[in-house]
Amino acid sequence: MRENGILRVVARFLIPLIMLFGLYIQFHGEYSPGGGFQAGIVFAAGWILFALIYGLDAALKVIPERAMYVLMVAGVILYCAVGIAGVVLGGHFLDFYPLLAGKHAAQQFGIITVEFGVGVTVATVVMLVFTLFARRKSEWKAAKVEDE
Amino acid sequence: MMTILSFINYWVVVVLMMIGFYCVIARGNMAKKVMGLNLFQTSVFILFISAGKIVGGSTPILREGVEMYSNPLPHVLILTAIVVGVATTAVGLALAVRINEAYGSIEDDHLGDEDDGDGQ
Amino acid sequence: MTITELMPFSVLVPLIASLVCALLPGRFWPWAVTLVAVIVSAVIAAFTLPAAAQVTLSYAFGNWPPPIGIEYRVDAANAFVALLVAGMAAVALPWAKKSVDKEVPERQGAFYALFLLALSGLLGITLSGDAFNIFVFLEISSLATYGLIAHGSDRRALLASFRYLIMGTVGATFLLIGIGFLYIMTGTLNLADLAERLPEVRDTSTVRAALAFIIVGMGLKLAMLPLHLWLPNAYTYAPSFVTVFLAGTATKVALYVMLRFVFTVFAPDWSFVVLPLSTVLMILGVAGMFAGSWVAMFQPNIKRMLAYSSVAQVGYMVLGVSLVSVIGLSAAFLHLFNHALMKTALFMAVGTVIYQVGSARLKDVRGLGRTMPWTLTAFALAGLSIIGVPLTAGFVSKWYLIQAALDQGQWFLVVLILVTSLMAVIYIWRVIEAAWFQERSIKQPDVGEAPLALLIPTWILVALNFYFGIDTRLTVGGATAAAEALLGGGMTP
Repeated sequence: MRENGILRVVARFLIPLIMLFGLYIQFHGEYSPGGGFQAGIVFAAGWILFALIYGLDAALKVIPERAMYVLMVAGVILYCAVGIAGVVLGGHFLDFYPLLAGKHAAQQFGIITVEFGVGVTVATVVMLVFTLFARRKSEWKAAKVEDE
Repeated sequence: MMTILSFINYWVVVVLMMIGFYCVIARGNMAKKVMGLNLFQTSVFILFISAGKIVGGSTPILREGVEMYSNPLPHVLILTAIVVGVATTAVGLALAVRINEAYGSIEDDHLGDEDDGDGQ
Repeated sequence: MTITELMPFSVLVPLIASLVCALLPGRFWPWAVTLVAVIVSAVIAAFTLPAAAQVTLSYAFGNWPPPIGIEYRVDAANAFVALLVAGMAAVALPWAKKSVDKEVPERQGAFYALFLLALSGLLGITLSGDAFNIFVFLEISSLATYGLIAHGSDRRALLASFRYLIMGTVGATFLLIGIGFLYIMTGTLNLADLAERLPEVRDTSTVRAALAFIIVGMGLKLAMLPLHLWLPNAYTYAPSFVTVFLAGTATKVALYVMLRFVFTVFAPDWSFVVLPLSTVLMILGVAGMFAGSWVAMFQPNIKRMLAYSSVAQVGYMVLGVSLVSVIGLSAAFLHLFNHALMKTALFMAVGTVIYQVGSARLKDVRGLGRTMPWTLTAFALAGLSIIGVPLTAGFVSKWYLIQAALDQGQWFLVVLILVTSLMAVIYIWRVIEAAWFQERSIKQPDVGEAPLALLIPTWILVALNFYFGIDTRLTVGGATAAAEALLGGGMTP
């Protein structure tokens, strides 16, 4: 697929739009339909399209595998950190009201932060699942060639 | 006739559920089993989403001029259930890949328990 | 902080620790972090039980009031099961270090992260008071468990894990269908709220179908007799530590969920009337006791033998439930606790043999009684408990079960319980005979006694088996409180 000019041009045009749309869903999630899950999937889909057309190695240069592991965990830790911040400031787990003085601002801050954590985790998990499956096949083929 | 048509969602749920369940039970190929499992789960998702629909209700976004909203809770629940389904599919396929590497086949019928000869 | 505010952290601490664990390299730190997290969780669970026995604790997540938000609602029944799960994990973990080093040499960070996820999932199921939340935690723990089982060194572990995945997912989806029907009829997911709203609509086929779906779904996770097929392979090929942990916890939590739905959500005076649940559970329980014990008597692999024995022990618990009385339900809870103690001890002893010999086949255990006396004595003593010899924990729960049966005048159940206990004598005896009364063949390598790191936790569990056989205040008290909490303070069938 790498030599196909049409695919390359179309992908070059589409991938930024897909990622932009992902970010739009992410940051409008607290008021309109959207949120971390959907945004993460859309964002990761852009990356996977890149990997399909330019090859996994090129895609892993953009986000190395180790970085995916760290970001995957960091997203959930951000979520839990917001939850625990609510406990430390005198509320319940995932209680947003104690976070800021204004009630409205506190809810908004809490939701945006939590959804950002969700988005990061979902995006990296989907990328990681794709990477592990894609690389497995090439490794397995290489091992088979060696056997023969 | 009308009662049957007015429950069309639920008929679809039942049909999909049976197709998926049959696939899980009757197919030996593990990839097909995972597909059947997906179909089975999807039918349950449709069941939940159908329950959230209110006739004449609008999308559950607060705005002027709209009085009646569909129930958003089933959608949120199913968002979670879809994530669970994706995770299950990923684990199932990962296991199928590993089984293919270990046995050279993903046909469940060909893979007995006795072939490693320690008397189970 | 009050205990109510602390209680959710027995779930959250393992959950957060699993994230840290996933990134830790090497062999020591993942284990150390896991150990700390599990001990914290177990201590919190231990403080929760006495508090929950007095008054039902309720914790609203995000401070959303319960019928709307997710609530952790803990009474004596949850707290009892939660303490069992966290406690078993805390006892098994010191044992795990050496065994896991040998059986899962690489990427232990991921392995322990999965273990912590499974643990927090199981604890979440027990503590949560929200039906959908229970489903989510069930899947978290199940998915982690599939991953753990696939870590087994034998390639058949992959097959076992895949088959468990298929059956487990079908079971969990059945639970989801049941919850969906309940939600459609009542518009709520909170268990307490469901219990309040169900009586108005419960004479509909939708609610009856919901009950049936939930029982079958949980029967699958519980390994109730005709739905037990995933269990023997999963237990046999999983790494020893995973088997030790699962045998004590996973099926118990599934039983708890089933009881919670049957007794708290659908009141027992409805659920046992609308379906012939009592008869069905009694037949399946008895059939499980017999079939499990019968197949166990002919297994050449000790791990698989104990797995079939687990199917039989689940039968005892289901039988206790089917009697629908406080004493029957107490017997079920008692056996839930005691079976975790004895099966964990047995699997630990077998795991120790595997650590030294590399196999759990009966013919590889020949003559080991002389070279590994401490390990096999532990096995024999824990075996006494599973048979139900007086002064062991197993005796206490069987005694209560027999009393519950006599209470309802069903003396034939007493005979059946005694017969299956005799079958347990046979399968435990086969191991003892091989270990002490058969010679080790010359071809087999000589082995010495296992390291103390494995022996001490095993013997602690064996000691607990005897302690809870003599001092029954904690177990009987907790089990009776749990049974009364589920039955709403004494009712007659």
